[in-house]
Amino acid sequence: MKLAGFFLLPAGWIIVLAAFVLLPPAPAQTGFALAGMAVEMLGLALVVRSHLAPRGAER
Amino acid sequence: MTLPAPTLTETASALCLLFILMVPLAPAGIALINAGLGRSRNASHSLLSALCVVAVAALVYFAIGFAWQGYLGRPAHMLNIHGKSWSWIASEPFFLRGLEFNGSPASLAALLGMFSVGLAGMIPLGSGGDRWRLGAICASTAVLAGWTYPLFAHWAWGGGWLQQLGPNYGLGRGFLDSGGAASIQALGGLSALAITWILGPRRGKYTSEGMPTAIPGHNAVFVVFGCFLAWLGWIGLGSAGAMLFSGVESGSAVLVALNTTLAAAAAMLAAAGITRARFGKPDASLCANGWIAGLVASSAASAMIRPAASAAIGLVAGVLVVYSVEWLELHLTIDDPGGAISVHGLGGLWGLVAAGLFARIPGGNGAGQWLAQLAGVATLLGFVLPIAYLLNWLLNRVYPQRVAAEGERQGLDLYELGAGAYPDFMSHNEDLWQR
Repeated sequence: MKLAGFFLLPAGWIIVLAAFVLLPPAPAQTGFALAGMAVEMLGLALVVRSHLAPRGAER
Repeated sequence: MTLPAPTLTETASALCLLFILMVPLAPAGIALINAGLGRSRNASHSLLSALCVVAVAALVYFAIGFAWQGYLGRPAHMLNIHGKSWSWIASEPFFLRGLEFNGSPASLAALLGMFSVGLAGMIPLGSGGDRWRLGAICASTAVLAGWTYPLFAHWAWGGGWLQQLGPNYGLGRGFLDSGGAASIQALGGLSALAITWILGPRRGKYTSEGMPTAIPGHNAVFVVFGCFLAWLGWIGLGSAGAMLFSGVESGSAVLVALNTTLAAAAAMLAAAGITRARFGKPDASLCANGWIAGLVASSAASAMIRPAASAAIGLVAGVLVVYSVEWLELHLTIDDPGGAISVHGLGGLWGLVAAGLFARIPGGNGAGQWLAQLAGVATLLGFVLPIAYLLNWLLNRVYPQRVAAEGERQGLDLYELGAGAYPDFMSHNEDLWQR
């Protein structure tokens, strides 16, 4: 889960960059960039989840 | 295409130097806040760590950092993508050999960078407090000052591709980050998150049911006095950054100081109001965190925002920080004694987005500016966070970052330094230690 999350974070970033390079300045560019951010958020959620401290053990 | 450097008159250079000389008050304030929010048995260690961070950061930045950060109008490595040149990394000589120290904008930027990287390196200290080894702190700072910070600072300040988004793709003025909301604050805050994940929570912080226990800071006076120092430092940082990286006139320092103060004031009062409503009394540590969050959020584009908007940005930052500190601790089991992730990480990201919404760009394209800010936020989350985690994870494999259990029980002052900060007082108890 952690690895997948850390893979999705840069993947989302590259999608955002690709939006500027490949698409004309129009709603498509904004949508593509927001989609990249959504991928990053998914990656962040996975990384956060993989770091939740296990319950049931005294720390 | 290389972005041109701003030209400064002799008076403007002198004023800019004065602003830069105020900047060390910001790390001084943050060091006091970190020490005050930690346990008394770690106070000396916390302050010495802060000094070590500044020292390591300055030396590494001098040796290699500025060579990779560079400055507007100076040599850099370019990539040509679809007919547009993207500046990825500067190509200055190491050890500042390419600079003339005559008050030129590039030399002022190098000095500001040396102070700023110390501030950025100090932010993770707040999160790793009470359990981070001194040697590991120095090593982690070297990584930040030698690689993560200069690379991002080149993109945002040194004429890099984030700044070029304006001229290259018509996205407003390109990425706005004149006061370091991204290059210093969010970068430091996300590095703090990576460090916190790697170190894990302090012993005794969570019960076996996963409920957090309160480990209050030991000196509220340090914390609040640190806020005053940080305020002055931020005014210097915002003013010098606006002149050097956004090319605004020196007279705009008035607006920067006004906006910085308004944002901090609104954020602190928001935090005070919320904690008063929820707990019956204002919480000093959260109010201090609110104050700093306001300073952080205002620093993206304080020379380009109206005062009313700055107050609104601060208000939101104050609300965000109170709920974020609680949410991270309670639901995400992230033990962040100094609140650095919420204050600097979340506050910085909010400030960047807010700059896209509120900054007044003459003849600019509002939607384009917002997209440029979004690109910066995406870079921080998609590049800076993974790279900070990876580098610190590798470091942890070679040189474990967390102190031994005995060191945590004894306190880092005695365990790592051999003497406590308050030798005349028995000021900590063992109740928080669960064997």
